[in-house]
Amino acid sequence: MIRLKDVELEYDNGTKAIQGITLTIEDGEFVFLVGPSGSGKSSIIKLLTGELLPSFGRVMINGFSIVNLKDRQIPLMRRTLGVVYQDFRLIEKKTVYDNLAFVMRAVGANPREIKDRIPRILHLLDLDEKAKCYPLELSGGEQQRVAIARALINNPSTVIADEPTGNLDPDRSMELMRLLIKINQMGTTVVVVTHARELVNRFGKRVVTLDEGLVTHDAVGRYVGGRRYG
Amino acid sequence: MGKHDFVYFFQEGVKNMASHRLMSVTAITMTVGCLLIMGTFTLVAVNAAMNLSTLSNSNEIVAYVDEDWTEQQARSLEERLLAIPNVTAARYITREEALEAYTEENPEEELFRDLDPGIFRDRYALTIGNLEQISITARNVERVPGVAKVNYYEELASGIITARNVAAIVSATLIGVLFVVSMFIISNTIRLTTYDRREEIAIMKIVGATNGFIRWPFVYEGFLMGLIAAGIAFLLQWGLYEAVAGAVADSDTQRLFQILPFRRIWLPVLGTFFGTGMLIGIGGSLTAIRRFLEV
Repeated sequence: MIRLKDVELEYDNGTKAIQGITLTIEDGEFVFLVGPSGSGKSSIIKLLTGELLPSFGRVMINGFSIVNLKDRQIPLMRRTLGVVYQDFRLIEKKTVYDNLAFVMRAVGANPREIKDRIPRILHLLDLDEKAKCYPLELSGGEQQRVAIARALINNPSTVIADEPTGNLDPDRSMELMRLLIKINQMGTTVVVVTHARELVNRFGKRVVTLDEGLVTHDAVGRYVGGRRYG
Repeated sequence: MGKHDFVYFFQEGVKNMASHRLMSVTAITMTVGCLLIMGTFTLVAVNAAMNLSTLSNSNEIVAYVDEDWTEQQARSLEERLLAIPNVTAARYITREEALEAYTEENPEEELFRDLDPGIFRDRYALTIGNLEQISITARNVERVPGVAKVNYYEELASGIITARNVAAIVSATLIGVLFVVSMFIISNTIRLTTYDRREEIAIMKIVGATNGFIRWPFVYEGFLMGLIAAGIAFLLQWGLYEAVAGAVADSDTQRLFQILPFRRIWLPVLGTFFGTGMLIGIGGSLTAIRRFLEV
């Protein structure tokens, strides 16, 4: 479960990115987090991954309180998350297989677990034939699927996707969203940060709209918001 | 750390080194140089200390007894001489014994044959405890009534003391400076690797890798560089030492300055080189990686 209570975030330069957000995302939910540039979407992601601490308020994620988290607990909290980025963030000099293997090793998986789990994830994401390829040998959609595979490989309870369709064409974007829905149907909480209005409207999921660091709309259904997006 | 982790970290460390081959070779070469300089000065200090100790044991102050004193009076001096600080033993030598020893030392000199013992004085051979105090002790001996003159190798003793002290100070200073320099070089090399792998480190952190897991491959990289440098430096030091020992053995200085055989010191030298090399490597890598672990 993700819970933000009266959260405020002010950067060192004085910018108030979040100005008092209270939000709860239950286990197993699928939520779109939408809003224009500078609305606070990326800041929320950074709060959820523990890269930033709130200036005020409480952030709880999967049983961990971000504010009270000790240094040695940060890795444990992050193991409950899988994060997908717009720019994929794959390691170019490693093959698809090695990109997945190294994040499993990073959380202490042994070689047998690695050998067992990677083919299953690659199969789930229709990447069976790409195990030995390097990221730059893949299309954008394939790279994003590898990034999702990496996010899923350690079996997280929550997947956070930050603008996952930003570098994909409409067909690939739709395909990716279907994949995230499928992952959600398997029990994983999914939070997708996006400003792709058409995609959001097509799936009829919960949509939380942010603007100027505040939640302006929170309902199941359509993307509501009047400002330009970018 | 499990067996698999060890293998993984080791492989990653080797890969890191290979990814910056030129920098790694440079870092190893510089560390070899530093270890060699440190080792050379330390070995000079060790040999000087050994020689000083030998000299302390063998160096004596010879106290000549006044010719006007009878043998009985001369023998009574022993107690007073032993009461002088730093005198650990006193051996009475009669003029006849002194002549005998002199003739034995110069068997080929016909001029010294059939000498009259009367030209020699009765004397005491005084063994001293601390060679550095030899001058003061000699002066105290000279003040004893009945002692006509004292004799000792003042210049040799002070030369060795100076050599030992200079070598000790220089080696201590050099060890400190070169240790830091070597660590800095290795640290910079590893910093280059960490910079190159910053994206990888960021991903590891975001998926929940502990700082320890992220740190280990870089520690292994530094450790390996230190180990390789120590091995090379040891072999070079060995060769250098044998060459210098050979040169000293062929020269007249051998009578004054003994060199410890390398076979007697190779193990501590090897241990020190590997220990220092590993410390330099691990210290350098930990310094390099520290900044990348914040987030």
